[in-house]
Order: sequence, then structure tokens, then C-alpha cells
Amino acid sequence: MSQTLSAATLLAIPLAPLAGSLFAGILGTAFGGNRIGRTASHTATILGVAIAFVLSAMTLYSVVTEGARFNQTIYEWMVVGGLKMEVGFLVDSLTAMMMCVVTFVSLMVHIYTIGYMADDDGYDRFFSYISLFTFSMLMLVMSNNFLQLFFGWEAVGLVSYLLIGFWFKKPSAIFANMKAFLVNRVGDFGFILGIGLIVAYSGSLNYAEVFAKSGELSALHFPGTDWMLMSVICICLFIGAMGKSAQFPLHVWLPDSMEGPTPISALIHAATMVTAGIFMVTRMSPLFELSDTALNFILVIGAITALFMGFLGIIQNDIKRVVAYSTLSQLGYMTVALGASAYSAAVFHLMTHAFFKALLFLAAGSVIIGMHHNQDIRWMGNVRKYMPITWVTFLVGSLALIGTPFFSGFYSKDSIIEAAHASHLPAAGFAYFSVLAGVFITAFYSFRLYFLVFHGPERYDQNPDAHHDEHHHDDHGHGHDAKPHETPWVVWLPLVLLAIPSVVIGAMTLMPMLFGDFFKGVIHVDAARHPAMAELAESIHGWVGMAVHGFTAAPFWLALAGVVVAWYMYLINPALPARIQGMAQPLYKLLENKYYMDWIYENIFARGAVLLGRGFWKGGDRALIDGAVVNGSWKLVGWVSGVVRWLQSGYLYHYALAMILGIFVLMTYFVWLNK
Amino acid sequence: MTLTLAHYLTLGAILFALAMVGIFLNRKNLIVLLMAIELMLLAVNLNFVAFSHFLGDMHGQVFVFFILTVAAAESAIGLAILMLLFRAKSSINVDELNSLKG
Repeated sequence: MSQTLSAATLLAIPLAPLAGSLFAGILGTAFGGNRIGRTASHTATILGVAIAFVLSAMTLYSVVTEGARFNQTIYEWMVVGGLKMEVGFLVDSLTAMMMCVVTFVSLMVHIYTIGYMADDDGYDRFFSYISLFTFSMLMLVMSNNFLQLFFGWEAVGLVSYLLIGFWFKKPSAIFANMKAFLVNRVGDFGFILGIGLIVAYSGSLNYAEVFAKSGELSALHFPGTDWMLMSVICICLFIGAMGKSAQFPLHVWLPDSMEGPTPISALIHAATMVTAGIFMVTRMSPLFELSDTALNFILVIGAITALFMGFLGIIQNDIKRVVAYSTLSQLGYMTVALGASAYSAAVFHLMTHAFFKALLFLAAGSVIIGMHHNQDIRWMGNVRKYMPITWVTFLVGSLALIGTPFFSGFYSKDSIIEAAHASHLPAAGFAYFSVLAGVFITAFYSFRLYFLVFHGPERYDQNPDAHHDEHHHDDHGHGHDAKPHETPWVVWLPLVLLAIPSVVIGAMTLMPMLFGDFFKGVIHVDAARHPAMAELAESIHGWVGMAVHGFTAAPFWLALAGVVVAWYMYLINPALPARIQGMAQPLYKLLENKYYMDWIYENIFARGAVLLGRGFWKGGDRALIDGAVVNGSWKLVGWVSGVVRWLQSGYLYHYALAMILGIFVLMTYFVWLNK
Repeated sequence: MTLTLAHYLTLGAILFALAMVGIFLNRKNLIVLLMAIELMLLAVNLNFVAFSHFLGDMHGQVFVFFILTVAAAESAIGLAILMLLFRAKSSINVDELNSLKG
């Protein structure tokens, strides 16, 4: 325990954005009567996030230099039957790194938003939401117990819901946020089952206490089966991660979430929230290490996501959707790393990806502003002439994404590929093939996007949808000129600030994070059973050597091939893609319909649920409860009273007859009884 | 032929049955109904007396006196009710007296 990490400082980190969020949310919106202006809103929230970032950076500094650790309960919420529910912080190298990534990207997005949302009516509301998101995400990563983790988990889901549906008058946005919310519920159901199992068997919510008991838990079996308890717990937890980190088959919400404003696509749906699943599995590494079954499951899911979501990116025409599919694919890479027990590689990729993907999204948003809110890449082209800063930063992001040696993406992605190669699990072969093939696909769709947007002929006039809502959103002072223009400094400054780590962060942190002591005592790898990282450490000796070696390895040539193919197909011979599309019509249809996943969900699960609900409504509620129980009881009473009323005729002789008959019956009974 | 207990009991049963039929079939007059009830009580009394005689137990005959007394009182009250009923409804027709229902 170091004295440099005080509870008060750590508490200030999540509470500063929360205060900013409340300030902007209550006073800045109609909720509190619009008491403060736009400038006050964004100043307050940016100040909150900036405080959080500075304190996070200081925390990371003392964690790295002094080996400071913090694991303490701040507040005991309640005790139920010996189960403590607490709010507490666990700060170690993993947490400190996540805190810095979250607050840094969040700060960049806050600054960027000043420019991006300048003309939006919901300006203050937006700032309030993204600050609230920062608070939730910090609570998630800083937690030292499962309850607070779950709180943060749900809170980021809520803010994601609010922000996807930010333009709540747009039906597609409302559909998308409902979809995101519902799909995440499926994942969260698994997550809460996993937490429930942990509580049931270990009797504690605290990470450290649970990890201490993991040895005895691993000897248990799930009741009534011969499954290992640990496998069930880990798979349940991972289902939660699948929902949040958009892994196949719960990925369907992420592409649709692009309905929200671009800054949140960068912050929530690329850099931070979707990586919560990766972070969670890494944090739980002492549990996941105990179950080969769960690790194999994770490998397969990650490999499917990494490869097949990449294919979908090839045919998308919406600039944000292409980036969204590449996010899915990269999340698949991280998941593969988790499955291969290369947790540090997953977190490493998480970090580099957070920078370059946020950069790509914000650059895409910059292009969208420059293009007067046109998002269709078919009607762009040669934007580099008009938006040089955006062009350069986007190129840097793309190069990092495809894994060009010396860029940050190269180190993390190559480590993952090597880790998948070195893993000895049965599913590792498939995973290795997928991530290797994914390199080509990633390079292809990234540079298809890049070439279509920034190079080639200008196609601004050909957009059939142009001038529709232009008057609505667009007051950038360029009138109705269809030509793009460079964006204001608040927009391009974050791009530049993100481009720097996108290039250098990988080389800087490769050795300490992957092979050094940075994660010592935080990530637990059973090296005897899962030696992937240990084998990797033998072949990699430094960032220069790795990059130089990278030029001769398969991933680099695959990436280069992807770039060249994209260059040929979209710049040299633009007619070719259409011809290929004509030739491979069934395949194109399959991709166009996203493997019919949405169709299956809508028609089988959604419609099935509606049918089931209607069955319960008609059969259970209306026929059984209303019909048989409620109406049935009054009908029975009515019938009985009808008979009684008929018997009670009012004639004396009827009553007398009844009495006498009664006496006869009684007498007969007694006579027979006494016989 | 000597009279046995069975003869008396049969006579009692016949009287009781007559009274019953009198109650059920009578649709006209409430006085007939009262008379039928008296007849029933007499049938019961006959049984008491017969058993008392043949079993040699005097208690049965003591009961008969009680029953006769109660029957007389009952008839008096019944006739008084009947008087009031007639004043109220101007009829003692049994078929019209069906207000004894809920």
C-alpha cells in the first residue's frame, strides 16, 4: 500500500465527471429550466473529465514508478445474510491503465463534441450524457467487487441506450437503441447468472476473496451434471462479455448503434464501453485460467467475430458502419487473445485500439461534418484536397488498424496472432486461421474506405439524397456548396492528439506490458497449461526487432495484399467491384443481409416471443385465469344460486316436503347405521 | 285375532302419510294445512302410546301429554297468525302465499 493513493483522490476521479454531468444535465437542459448556457455546460463537463484524467495519470504514474496498489472498501452499502455489498476501489496496473485510456479518450471526445454538436439542440444534454458515461465506466473499471462491476456494467449500458437514441425523433435511432438494450439484456442475463453462481459458491462479492477461493471452486461440479463449476461460471460471465463487447452472435446491436452521434460512436462503441467485456475477462483471469472449456469457447467466438464481421465491412457504404464492423472484428481479435490466455495482449490491443479506433471514428465524424452530413462513401472522393488534417490523421488510424509495422496496432495485433499460433487449445488452429485471414480483410475494407473517401474522383454532385436535410443541420457558413471543408480546431485538435498515441504507444509500452512486470500479480496465467505468452516472450526481444521482423512475416504481406487489392479495385479499375458483385450474387446477398442474423432474430426470436406471449395471453390469461378462474367462479356461484332460488319457492308445502324428506333420509341413515 | 304392536304402528304410519299428503296436495286452504299438522302429531302420539303400552314403560304416555299441550298451543298461535294473515291479504289460499322466499 502506498500513501500516494488515497481514497479521497480515487473517489474524486469518478465523481468529478459525475458532478459535471449533473451540473450540465440539471441546469443546462429544460429539466432544470435552462439556467446555464452552452459554454457553461461544456466547460463544466470538460473540467470534470480533465480533473479525472489528470488524477488518473497521476495514479498511473505512482502505480508504475512506486508499484502503488489500492484495494479498499470505501463504503458499505448493506449486509444481507453475511453477504457484504460494498463500494470499493481496486487500483492496480490494469485499472490505472484503463482509467487513463477512458479519461483520455473521453476528454478528446468532449473537446471534439464542441465542434461536432455545435448546431444541435441537445447540446447540454449530450455533454451531460457523455460525462455520466465517463463516471459509469470509471466505476466499472475501478470496482473491487462484482456488485459495483455490475452497477457500472448496467450504467454504461444505460448511457449507451440514451446516446444511441440521442436523436429520439428519428425512428431508426429508437429502433437501434431498443435493439442495443435488448441484446445487451441477453448478455447481462448470463453475466448475472455467473455472478450469482460465484456468490452462491464463494459467499463473497469481493474480487480478492473470490480469487482466493478459486482453487476450491475449481474442484466442484455443477449440481446434477458432471460439468466443472468453473466452466459454467466462466461461460456465464463470458456471455455477459459477449453482449457488451458485441461478440457473435450478440453482435447485432453494434452496427445499428451508429445511429447515434459520431462522438459517442468513438467513445462508447469503439474505445471504451465495448471493451468492458475484454477488461472484465482479463480482471477475472484467475477464474478463466481454471477452465479450458471456457477458453476454447472464447477462442471460437472470438475467431468467428474477428473473421466474419470483417467480411461485412467490405460491402458497407456508410462510412461509420465500415468503421463499426472493423470495431467488431478487432473486438474479435481481443477475444481470441483472451481465449489464448494472452490477457496482456488483449489489454494491450484494447489500449492501442482505443486510440486508433477513436481516432478513426472522430476522423470519420470530421469527414461527415465536412461533407455536410453525408455519410455515404459512394458520394465522396478526393476529400484529402479539402481536409488535409483529417486526411492525415485518418491515414494514420488506418495504418495502425491494419497493423503496419512500427504503428501501435502492429504490436498488439501481431502479438495476438502469435499468441493464437502458440496456444495449444484445440480451437487455437481455427482461431489462428481466422485472425490471419482477418488481417487481409481488415486491410482491404479499411483501404477501400480510405481510397473511396480521400482519393479518386469527386462525386459530391451524384448523391441522389443530397440537399434533403442539409438546410436542417448545416450552418457551417459554407452555404449550400457541396464541396467539403476543413473542420474547426476543436474537431481536428483531438484527432491530432489521438494520432500521436496511435503511432507511438505500441512501441513505448510493448515490452513492459506484454513481457515485463507491468501486469505482475494482476493477470494470472497458468503458464504450465497455457504457455502461449511464455513462448512469445522467447521470440520477441524488443520493439525494433519485432517491427523489423514483422516486415518478413505473413501478416504484413497479407495486409499489404489487402491494401493493393483495394487500391486496384477502387482506384485503378473501379468497374471491377460491380462485376464481382454481379458474379457472386448469392454471396453478396448473404453479406448484404449480414448473414441473415437480424432476420433470424426478428423472425424467430422476436416473432417467436410475440407468438409465445400471445399464446400466454390468449390461453393463459384470457382462457385460464379470466375465463376459468375469474369468470368461472362467478358462473359457478350463479348456477348454485339459481338452483337454490328455484328450491326456495316460498310455498310452505315445499319447505315441509323438504323437511320430511330430510327426516326420512336421516332416519333411513340411522336405521341402516344401527343395524 | 289379537292386536299387536305392528298394527298400531301401521295405523300411525297411515295417519302420518295421510297428513303428509294433506300438506303436499293441499293448494287451497291454510286451515287444512294446520289440521294436517295436528294429524301428524296425533300419529306420533299414537306411536308413543303403542310403544309405551307394549314395552310397559309409562314415560311414553307422559310425553303424549306434553305433545298434546304443545300441539294445542301451536294450533292457537297458528290460528292467530292465520287471522292476521287473512286481515293482511284477504286470502288464506296456500298458492297465493309464496312470499316466504329470499
